[in-house]
Amino acid sequence: MLELKNICFTRDNKKILDHINLTIDTDKFVVITGPNGSGKSTLAKIIMGIEKPDKGEIILEGKNITNLSIDERANLGIGFAFQQPVKFKGITVYDLLKLSSKKEIDKKEACNILSKVGLCAKEYVDREVNSSLSGGELKRIEIATVAVRASKLTIFDEPEAGIDLWSFQSLIKIFEDMRKIVKGTTLIISHQERILNIADQLILMKDGKIQKIGKKEEVLGQVINKPLCCKLGGENNNG
Amino acid sequence: MDNIDIDLLKEITETTDGTFKGAYNIRKNGKGIERKVTDNINIVTKEDVSGINIYVKENTKFEFVHIPVILTESGLNDVVYNDFYIGKNANVVIVAGCGIHNDHHKDSRHDGIHRFFLEEGAKVKYIEKHYGEGNGNGKRILNPVTEVYLKNGATLEMEATQIKGVDSTIRTTKGILEDNSNLVVTEKIMTHGIQKAKTTFDVELNGKNSSTKVTSRSVATENSIQQFESKVIGNNNCFGHVECDAIIKDNARVIAIPKIVANNVDANLIHEAVIGKIAGEQLTKLMTLGLSEKEAEEAIINGFLK
Repeated sequence: MLELKNICFTRDNKKILDHINLTIDTDKFVVITGPNGSGKSTLAKIIMGIEKPDKGEIILEGKNITNLSIDERANLGIGFAFQQPVKFKGITVYDLLKLSSKKEIDKKEACNILSKVGLCAKEYVDREVNSSLSGGELKRIEIATVAVRASKLTIFDEPEAGIDLWSFQSLIKIFEDMRKIVKGTTLIISHQERILNIADQLILMKDGKIQKIGKKEEVLGQVINKPLCCKLGGENNNG
Repeated sequence: MDNIDIDLLKEITETTDGTFKGAYNIRKNGKGIERKVTDNINIVTKEDVSGINIYVKENTKFEFVHIPVILTESGLNDVVYNDFYIGKNANVVIVAGCGIHNDHHKDSRHDGIHRFFLEEGAKVKYIEKHYGEGNGNGKRILNPVTEVYLKNGATLEMEATQIKGVDSTIRTTKGILEDNSNLVVTEKIMTHGIQKAKTTFDVELNGKNSSTKVTSRSVATENSIQQFESKVIGNNNCFGHVECDAIIKDNARVIAIPKIVANNVDANLIHEAVIGKIAGEQLTKLMTLGLSEKEAEEAIINGFLK
C-alpha cells in the first residue's frame, strides 16, 4: 500500500536518508528500529509530508504523493502520532478529538475512544491539552487522536519516548492491542523490545540505510542474545 | 426594539429574542428603554449623572442581572456610570456588554464606568462582551472602566471579551481587596485592521490572604496594536498571578508592560508574559488531522480565545 523509491534526505552535509527503498503491505504491523540518528523519525516525517525528501518518490496505493501537503496526505489516509505530543492553549481533549475525527462525534463516542487508550474518560474529556497533563497522559491522548481517524496507514514515532517506565508498562498493553484500536496498516518507530515482538515485519535502519527487512524472528534472531545496544546496531556491535 | 437591536443583543448576551431572565436594564442610544426588577434585585436611575444603581439584597442566591447597552445612532458619545451594591453572602451573575452598530461616518463611542461594591462573603460572576459592526467609516470606540471593591471573603470573577469590530478601546480595571477576598479576571481580545486596544490592570492586595489572578489572552492581526499594562501591589500576606499571553500575526504589534510590587515579605507575586506567533508544531499537528493550514490556524485561535 506504501512504496518508497530512492528516498534521499541530506541536512548540514549529512546524509540522513540514503536511497531508501521500501514497500509496506496492507494491514501489516510494521516496526522500524535502529540506533539514534539512523534516520527513522525523518523517514516517518517524510511519509507524512512534514519533511520533503531531496530525491525520490512516495507512492500511496498507486498514487504519487511526493508533492502533496500534510493535510492532503492526511485526507488520503495517513495518520501520524508525534514523538512529542503537541500542546495547545484552550483546546480541550474533546475539541481535539472532534477535529481529529472525520465524522461528527459526540462526547460519548469521544469518551469511548479515551477509555480504549486507558484514560478515565470523564476526567479527561474536558481538560485542555496543555502542560498540566503528564507525558503519559499526553501520549495516550495523542494515540486517541490518531485512533479516532482510523486511517489506512498510521505512523507512530517512538511512542515510548518521554514517558516513565511505569507509564510505559501500561502503555505497552495498548500497543499490544493496537490491531483492535487502529485499523489498517500500522508503522511504528520504536526501540522497545516488547513492541518489536509484536511486529509482522521488522525493518532495521542504520546510517540512513535499511540494513535488514524481515519477519521478527529473522531480524531479531541474529541479535537476540546480544546486549540491547548491539541488537540495535549501536557502537558496540563488534561483540 | 428592531431587528438590529435584537441582533446586537444576541452578540453581547445569550438572549435569543431580546428578553432576559432575572433583573435587567436595557440602554439604547444613551437612554434606558426597558427594565425589570425582582424581589431581591432593585435597579434605580441615578439622579446626578447618567446611569443606574443596582442593589442586590444580602443572601440572594443564583440570580441574574443583565445590563446590556446598544448604540445604533452614529456620532453618539455615551457615558454611563453604573454602580453595583452586592449584599452580604449574595451570589449573582451579572452580564453587561455593549454592541455598536455604526453604518455612518461619525464616530460612535460608549464609555461604561462600572463600580462593584461587594459586602462580606458576596460572590459575583461578571461577564462583559464588546462587539462592533456596520459598514460606515465612523469609528466604534469603547472605553470600559471597572472598579472592584471586595470586603472580607468576597469573590469577583470577571470575564471580558472583545472579539470583533471595535476600532479603539482603552480598558481599565482596578481592584482593592480586603482580607480573604479573591479577584479573578480573564480577558480575551482580538484585533484586526488598524484597531488599537489598550488594557490596564491595577490591583491592590491589601488584605491578609487576598488573592488575584489576571489572565489576558489576545490575538493581534493585520496592522493592529495592543498594549497590556498590569500593576499588582501586595501589601499583606497575599498571592497575585498575572499572565499575558498573546498571539501575533502579520504586521501587528503587542506590548506587555508588567509591574509587580511587594510591600510585604509574605506577598507572593508572579507575572508571566508570552508573545509569539502560532507555534509551527501546532499547525503541523492539526494538518496531520486533515485540516488545511488556514483551518488549523482558525482552530488554534478559536481555542485560544474560547
